[in-house]
Amino acid sequence: MAQSVAQEPAQVVSLPGTRRKRASKDGKGWLFVGPFLAVFAVTFLAPIGYAIYLSLFREQAFFGGRAFVGLSNYTEALQDPKFWEAFGRVAIFLVVQVPIMLGLALLAALAIDSARLHAAGFFRIVIFLPYAVPGVVAVLMWGYIYGDNFGLAANLNDLLGTAIKPLSSGWMLPSIANIVTWEFVGYNMLIFFSALRTVPGELYEAAAIDGANTFRTILAVKLPALRGAIVIATIFSIIGSFQLFNEPNILRTLAPNVINTYYTPNMYAYNLSFAGQQFNYSATVAIVMGIITAVIAYVVQIRGSREAL
Amino acid sequence: MRVKRSKVLTGVMVLYLLYTIVPLAWLLLSATKTQDDLLSTPGLWFGKSFAFFSNITDTLTYNDGIFLRWLGNTVLYVVVGAGGATLLATAAGYGLAKYKFAGRRAVFAVLLGAVAVPGTALAVPTFLMFSNLGLTNTVWAIIIPSLVSPFGLYLMWVYSTDAVPPELLEAARIDGAGEVRTFFTVSLRLLAPGIVTTLLFAMVSTWNNYFLPLIMLSKPNLYPLTVGLTQWSNQATGVGARPIYNLVITGSLLTIVPLVIAFLLLQRFWQSGLSAGSVK
Repeated sequence: MAQSVAQEPAQVVSLPGTRRKRASKDGKGWLFVGPFLAVFAVTFLAPIGYAIYLSLFREQAFFGGRAFVGLSNYTEALQDPKFWEAFGRVAIFLVVQVPIMLGLALLAALAIDSARLHAAGFFRIVIFLPYAVPGVVAVLMWGYIYGDNFGLAANLNDLLGTAIKPLSSGWMLPSIANIVTWEFVGYNMLIFFSALRTVPGELYEAAAIDGANTFRTILAVKLPALRGAIVIATIFSIIGSFQLFNEPNILRTLAPNVINTYYTPNMYAYNLSFAGQQFNYSATVAIVMGIITAVIAYVVQIRGSREAL
Repeated sequence: MRVKRSKVLTGVMVLYLLYTIVPLAWLLLSATKTQDDLLSTPGLWFGKSFAFFSNITDTLTYNDGIFLRWLGNTVLYVVVGAGGATLLATAAGYGLAKYKFAGRRAVFAVLLGAVAVPGTALAVPTFLMFSNLGLTNTVWAIIIPSLVSPFGLYLMWVYSTDAVPPELLEAARIDGAGEVRTFFTVSLRLLAPGIVTTLLFAMVSTWNNYFLPLIMLSKPNLYPLTVGLTQWSNQATGVGARPIYNLVITGSLLTIVPLVIAFLLLQRFWQSGLSAGSVK
């Protein structure tokens, strides 16, 4: 996906014979793009600028007012054990949950695309459905299911004689990972499936003539065709993991002793500002996370678009 | 190339399907139970009494019908926010695909850079900015940020590139139609599957929005369903707890239904839009 965006402008520029005509319509493009950009500037660019501004100041507790402190909020954040604990938690989450989720999505997409599945269309729409469930509802639902009160976990423990407590400290992170996986496998599956649909039939014919079996066709034809989609899905998943907020924040009411106020970096930034009134430090934490996320997403994109799978 | 359908593969996929469906089945079954039955009967079967309709009535009337108010708010945010987002994304995607103008590359770079910055970095500063502007605790605090859908812009950009042939635009120009008129009379029709897809995904993200209204709104009568439901759920804990599990569960079910219906009804459109537009 990202690749085709990057290549796309060059295609338009190289259209033969239209150069002079198009140049005369220079201003017209802005007519269409302008409104979007105006709102974009208000909702994206201005807050980013404001966050950077905030991060350079500190509230004066005794004298009142704001003092310019340069980068000292940043040095504080980088040495803040709470920040690193939160970061470490989402990093573990990212490394374990994202491959499982994308792997399941990939297998499901390949299965549905393979023509070997009965009722493939039914599978496609049902597996996608959790994406239409609001994240909040998914968490409330799973939260109840996890609970001892009337959840399925209690039923299952009774049935099997086990004592698994999904909301206890040891199980909480896997429990959250399960909710996120449940919500987003279908969405990613659909992205992969859409990419598979664009593979030209001749490629499959060529593979069949060369005597490639199913497995070989997947490796040689399907996976390369999915590369762009996988890179994009990975980037979105990285951004999603680092932003983890809804799930832990809602589960916090069910397990207040397990989930603290800095369970994830996003929760830390939220609680710093809304419970602690530390707006400047909160903005700093948010920017640090933003920079880390952007750098990792960028590296994944560069590596993903250059290297073969 | 003809391939045989596989029972084994279908069986494995059915297992996955169960994982998808069981929680939803649990929700549906639980919505038929009274609070007492919820606590005393097995999760994946019906309770002693069938309370589905009384649960729905109770959900809609509890606390002077605040649920309906939240539903109305959600619909307002979705219609104006997601509708506006689709319009802006369609126009901008089309503009980027069909016009070559100075600054086009810069637009692309800024968009890509800004999208890589996660919402984390934006939420708190956006709140503070809106607070200074006096916009918190107004519907605008939810609607304005919902108007921007970078994913929609991207989708419409890629989709417009293919769906609107340049010859058609040239023909319209030769006939003397202005650019805006051409867009509305000629191009929009060709862009329909892409627009439906963009609209649906913008709807989902606005309908499901939780973090933004959570920080922007403190008046319950402006809440969307997501924030309202979590507040109901929170009633079950803390001092003076008054659990209303049956209402949270029925309310959750009612929150899901409109989106599921939208996806099922518009299936053909959005799936073709996604195939053609999202990944090439």
